[in-house]
Amino acid sequence: MESKNQQTPGHWPVDKAEPAEKQGGDDMAARFAHIKGWGIDADAENEPTYPMKHWNGDDRKGLNYDRPELQPVTVEKLHSIERPSVSAVFGTTCPPTGVSGALRRHAFKYSEGKWAHWLTLLVADRVNAVEGIIDDIKQGIFPNIIAERGWTAEWKYNRKGMVKNIAIGVAVTAAVLMLLSGRNKKAH
Amino acid sequence: MLAMNYRGPFRVRLDRNKAEPEIQHPQDAIVRVTRSCICGSDLHLYHGLVPDTRVGMTFGHEFTGVVEAVGAGVQKLKVGDRVLVPFNIACGTCPFCSQQLYGNCHESNSEATAVGGIFGYSHTAGGYDGGQAEYVRVPYADVGPEIIPDWMDLDDAVLLTDVLPTGYQAAEMAGIKKGDTVVVFGAGPIGIMAAKCAWLFGAGRVIVIDKLDYRLEFVQNYAQCEVYNFLSIDDPVLFLKKLTGIGPDVCIDAVGAEAAGDLFHTLTGRKTLLQAGSPTALEWAINGVKKGGIISIVGVYGPTGNMIPIGNVVNKGLTIRGNQASVKRLLPRLIEHIKNGIINPKEIITHRLPLEEVSEGYHIFSAKRDNCIKTVLIPPRAVA
Ligand SMILES: NC(=O)c1ccc[n+]([C@@H]2O[C@H](COP(=O)([O-])OP(=O)(O)OC[C@H]3O[C@@H](n4cnc5c(N)ncnc54)[C@H](O)[C@@H]3O)[C@@H](O)[C@H]2O)c1
Ligand SMILES: [Zn+2]
Ligand SMILES: [Zn+2]
Repeated sequence: MESKNQQTPGHWPVDKAEPAEKQGGDDMAARFAHIKGWGIDADAENEPTYPMKHWNGDDRKGLNYDRPELQPVTVEKLHSIERPSVSAVFGTTCPPTGVSGALRRHAFKYSEGKWAHWLTLLVADRVNAVEGIIDDIKQGIFPNIIAERGWTAEWKYNRKGMVKNIAIGVAVTAAVLMLLSGRNKKAH
Repeated sequence: MLAMNYRGPFRVRLDRNKAEPEIQHPQDAIVRVTRSCICGSDLHLYHGLVPDTRVGMTFGHEFTGVVEAVGAGVQKLKVGDRVLVPFNIACGTCPFCSQQLYGNCHESNSEATAVGGIFGYSHTAGGYDGGQAEYVRVPYADVGPEIIPDWMDLDDAVLLTDVLPTGYQAAEMAGIKKGDTVVVFGAGPIGIMAAKCAWLFGAGRVIVIDKLDYRLEFVQNYAQCEVYNFLSIDDPVLFLKKLTGIGPDVCIDAVGAEAAGDLFHTLTGRKTLLQAGSPTALEWAINGVKKGGIISIVGVYGPTGNMIPIGNVVNKGLTIRGNQASVKRLLPRLIEHIKNGIINPKEIITHRLPLEEVSEGYHIFSAKRDNCIKTVLIPPRAVA
């Protein structure tokens, strides 16, 4: 298993000659001897990540860690292009499908710092909600949006507010309809 | 099995025949859920604010359960063990996990390198189905899950999967010194726990700001702190300066992306998503804290960017710390605190609903109806 893991790293390949020296051993001072004053003001106490991070030097040798056994990829799994492959373990729910899936695949062509990545995903999410309604109907389920939105609870705990909101909604719709029909008459 | 099913913004329902999860990796376990909470973080998903939240997904990252099956590589957990499962999915061996940054694992989330895997939290957090269901797949079963001690109430155990550790870490990251004045923005479950835990680090004064009187009343008693409703304050920053003389030593953001209180941020951060959420509480924190002060952020924001007064961070010499809580790291200490009666987390639970009422549960928590603070969902098979 190990050799297979080595072939599919969880990080970008780095120059193998470097990390051993970077591990922070005694040879570091020698290595940087050509830099005047190297490390003379280093302060191990100056560590703002404590106690969140229990610093143990693994950041240095980190790139050579043994990966956990890899989960077999049984569904389409998109991964950030900031890593070379999928993580050792991952979720398999809801693989990309349909138009939203195509949008998601496109989004994953951009790195995590790009708006094109995140905004495309948000658009995909909205498209996906419409696809969900179409899927439901195809399966003979007419989605009960009132129940899904939990409006039964609103009726129980905020009846007055709900009635008011519905009244406002009806009034606004009626006003818009009247305006439109008025315009239509004028046009004729 | 029964499972919550996300259909789109503000729409969730109960699925009656979702396929039961299967072992997909030798270190997986399958857990039968006994308690599962709805969290403020779930609201960001529910409101459609987290990119790559796919229709059909099951949410839920705060759950307890009973181990039903284990993969061939699982050594510590056995079938029948009662466990509480930290919300972070962590491998235990990558350089981040090995330094106890269990919320920042590199081997549990394919979709984003900026966050570790989280149960039921969109594909941006790894694409795992979550615990608002009868069964869940729990990866790295020897790393995260903690056996629930016999003496512990399940309602306390489920709050150890996120809420209490997150509130505790919020106070811990604030670097509180004995006597410090601590301001907590947000009186939701996280802010309540942060206020409570601030005392454990020796705070001299704890102040909580929110806009919901029922929550402020609760936290005032529960965490023995001062409370103020920002709706009746014209300028919260000026108010804090006057209240504390020079600004608090420490400010904690326990609100996150859906902050109210500033029309500009609400319009750009919540309504049009030009920002990654509304940073109103964070802005108040930065501008309100004293020079040389510390800001601790546990409120969750989106992945793009926010307009915060970063110039003031430099000019005032502030230290900002934030993270997803590293639940596993904090569990031993917090279990001790519960055992010794220092903290009683389950008192914040206001609603216990059957899983079947998940749609109502989300609406009540989201719209803050019926004085809701924390909602627990209980699947029908929880007792069987
Ligand atoms: N970092 C982590 O590990 C972690 C874990 C859990 C939750 N969280 C995050 O913590 C935040 C709070 O979670 P919660 O469950 O308590 O949510 P919640 O929605 O119950 O509470 C948020 C509270 O903030 C109040 N609020 C809104 N605008 C405010 C403002 N400008 N100033 C002060 N208060 C304001 C709201 O009225 C509400 O009471 C969320 O963003 C959630 O995602 C982070
Ligand atoms: Zn949570
Ligand atoms: Zn890890």
